[in-house]
Amino acid sequence: MTLDPEMAEIAKVFFQESREGLDSMEAGLLSLNAATNREDIDSIFRAAHSMKGGAATFGFTEVAAFTHRVETLLDEMRTGVRPITADAIQTLLQCCDCMREMIAATEAEQPLDQGRIAGLDSDITHILGEPAGVPPGAPPSAASRAAPLAVSTQEAIDDDPQVKGWRIDFAPVADLLRLRNEPARMFAELERLGAIVTQADVSRIPSLDMLDPEACYLSWRIDITGQIPRRALDDIFDWVDAGCRLEFTPIGVSPAGAPAKVDSQAQPANIAAQGPSRPEREAPPPGAPPPGAAPHKTTGDPGSIRVSTKKLDNIINLVGELLITQSMLSGCAEGINQGGFDRLRQGLTQLARNTRELQESVMQIRMLPISSAFNRFPRIVHELSRKLGKKVEIRLTGEGTELDKTVLEKISDPLVHLVRNALDHGLETPEQRLAGGKQETGTLELAAAHEGGNIIIEVRDDGAGLNKARILKRARERGLVPVDQELTDEQIDNLIFMPGFSTAEQVSDVSGRGVGMDVVRRNINDLGGNVQILSKEGQGSTIRIRLPLTLAILDGQLVRVGKEVYVISLLSIVETIQVTRDRLNTLVGRTEVFRLRDEFLPVLKLWDQFGVEPDSRSAEGSLLVVVEAEGMRVGVLVDDLLAQQQVVIKSLESNFKPVPGIAGATILGDGTVALIIDVADLIHAVFERERGALGRNMGAGLPGARHRVSGTSLGMAS
Amino acid sequence: MGKRILAVDDSASMRQMVLFTLQAAGYEVAQAGDGIEALNWARTSTADLVLTDVHMPRMDGITLVRELRALDHYKLVPMLVLTTESSQERKADGKRAGATGWIVKPFNPAQLLATVARVI
Repeated sequence: MTLDPEMAEIAKVFFQESREGLDSMEAGLLSLNAATNREDIDSIFRAAHSMKGGAATFGFTEVAAFTHRVETLLDEMRTGVRPITADAIQTLLQCCDCMREMIAATEAEQPLDQGRIAGLDSDITHILGEPAGVPPGAPPSAASRAAPLAVSTQEAIDDDPQVKGWRIDFAPVADLLRLRNEPARMFAELERLGAIVTQADVSRIPSLDMLDPEACYLSWRIDITGQIPRRALDDIFDWVDAGCRLEFTPIGVSPAGAPAKVDSQAQPANIAAQGPSRPEREAPPPGAPPPGAAPHKTTGDPGSIRVSTKKLDNIINLVGELLITQSMLSGCAEGINQGGFDRLRQGLTQLARNTRELQESVMQIRMLPISSAFNRFPRIVHELSRKLGKKVEIRLTGEGTELDKTVLEKISDPLVHLVRNALDHGLETPEQRLAGGKQETGTLELAAAHEGGNIIIEVRDDGAGLNKARILKRARERGLVPVDQELTDEQIDNLIFMPGFSTAEQVSDVSGRGVGMDVVRRNINDLGGNVQILSKEGQGSTIRIRLPLTLAILDGQLVRVGKEVYVISLLSIVETIQVTRDRLNTLVGRTEVFRLRDEFLPVLKLWDQFGVEPDSRSAEGSLLVVVEAEGMRVGVLVDDLLAQQQVVIKSLESNFKPVPGIAGATILGDGTVALIIDVADLIHAVFERERGALGRNMGAGLPGARHRVSGTSLGMAS
Repeated sequence: MGKRILAVDDSASMRQMVLFTLQAAGYEVAQAGDGIEALNWARTSTADLVLTDVHMPRMDGITLVRELRALDHYKLVPMLVLTTESSQERKADGKRAGATGWIVKPFNPAQLLATVARVI
């Protein structure tokens, strides 16, 4: 079916809504068990029901038919006709996947996977076919548009060409008018089908003192002429036939023909006979949901609007400009001190507050609760633990914690990797757990919380923890750690983030080849965050990810080199130290290192990097800003530390080629442009250079190893 | 025409379809995502017609119809139930709650307009 442009636009909403519905169905199914209350199953049912209705409306009949089958099964489950079994849930989960594919295929106008649909359809038939006192569902095509019960028996006389018209005897129930069924409108509709002659019976009208002005006391006899199908009449009287006396008598049919009279009063009897078999199927639950019922965080709709990211970015950009203007005005006001200008300063203070609040609320638009990333994990854990033969309970906390949409999208994959790893390598089999004196079922927890301007995401498991001896052995085998180097437990644990490290003794199809952890760390670093692991052997591991809430604003430290001001992300700064000559050494080659406590940090001179003239080239009296990325640290030499402030990140990409070591720019209060330093990029460059120097001078097989390890050792300190 | 219709459905796509169709035909449309929202709106606003879905979170369409009928200013307002179920039993539930009639899903825009024109 081809939709006209407007409907096609609305169909897009349907696709999106269906995907959301399927997500909530899936989440609901995963938490389903025999003790689940009616409310929960109802909401799963509703999701399927809405999808069916929408699919049928937009003409996606195959989607509607299949969804109808799923809905039928869910309906039987929620009414208690069908028990909720693990098998049925598994089938329904597969149906969710299938429907998701059907939706995607329909949207892309691709053919559907008929084999899969048929397979699941027969699975449902199988479940529905089990004896439960309910007849198996009707074939899907008919079921999606079930015909009204009463009509089929009358098909025979519907289109009898001999019918010249109908006599209609209509005696409505008294509250006909109260329900706003207007006889006059119905007669007007009849008149469109053919000429009518109407007689009203006024005999039931009571005396005035007994008369209820809202009641209907009239009944009618209407003769309509024309070759009119019975269906057309049914349509007009469809809403009023229950409880009314309504008789249709064909006019002009020979006595030998069809039955002369069709009495719709037979219908209520039919209904009564059917009623008890499915009690209260659609009857509303008594009253609204109980007032104390806890709102469903995961399935509830918080009421949302869709705004294109581009528009938002425009607004965010403008707010950034506003922020700059405000900061510029504040700069002007600094110099003014006479009392007459107090009002100006007051106004500026207010402007500052308004700007900040506006900025915060605009940024809020881009913020989404992390639940949209977390919600896929119950399913993943469910499937994986089945596959691995492990028993795992998943707990989600802080799902309401919000973070920037972009950050959210980019953190999703690394999280999946970490969860898979925890299930595969962290948590033990039930036997191992019992043998270790633990509960048979392991726990995996995903937690999110705000901490300052950052979000902390933790993946915790109560599994075996990291095997430190094995990690160290492997790291030494791979030449990642010099044989004679002593490492603390924390240092050992964090070795797993090093490139090319794998702890799995055998490669499984679950967590892959162990190439992941360094990639995970790189992805997180790219987002301006960092990651660390804390592990206790036998008790489990916690992986802790710290991320900025947004990529549009940065908590920055302004530093000065000569006349230039640069911004360094506060998140990447470990500490800042006054440099003394005696702690600076020149290694073989020309790399300078700084002795900080027990380690040697490579020193990066910002003035060399960016070609600016510093106050003094001697380094003595300069400041060393220790920065860290991806577990590696360097000391950056600068002339001075200036203010710490939030800066609005302006991209340079639209006007410049990528500049090594520069992540972007911002505009300071005085209108000057300050470049934002890309710490990870700088650190990489330093280690690249050094690796080359070391390799040439020492012929070492383990380039850069020493620095990397020492870097890792301090990676824990944040 | 200027008649105002309250459309209640938990599905945004259905709401949009109804909204688009009715607005194009010159009706004014108010929307609600479930029975509670609709009822809250209706307490302080009037409509010439109510169109409501049956299965909705928080408050279903049948309960909504019953609650609306109890409000003085909705006592005589036509109310139509949108349902995928065409059996008499379901319709009877709607009638008992006070619905004027129903539209069986799936319906196309023309059917919707024809049905609406029947009551207002």
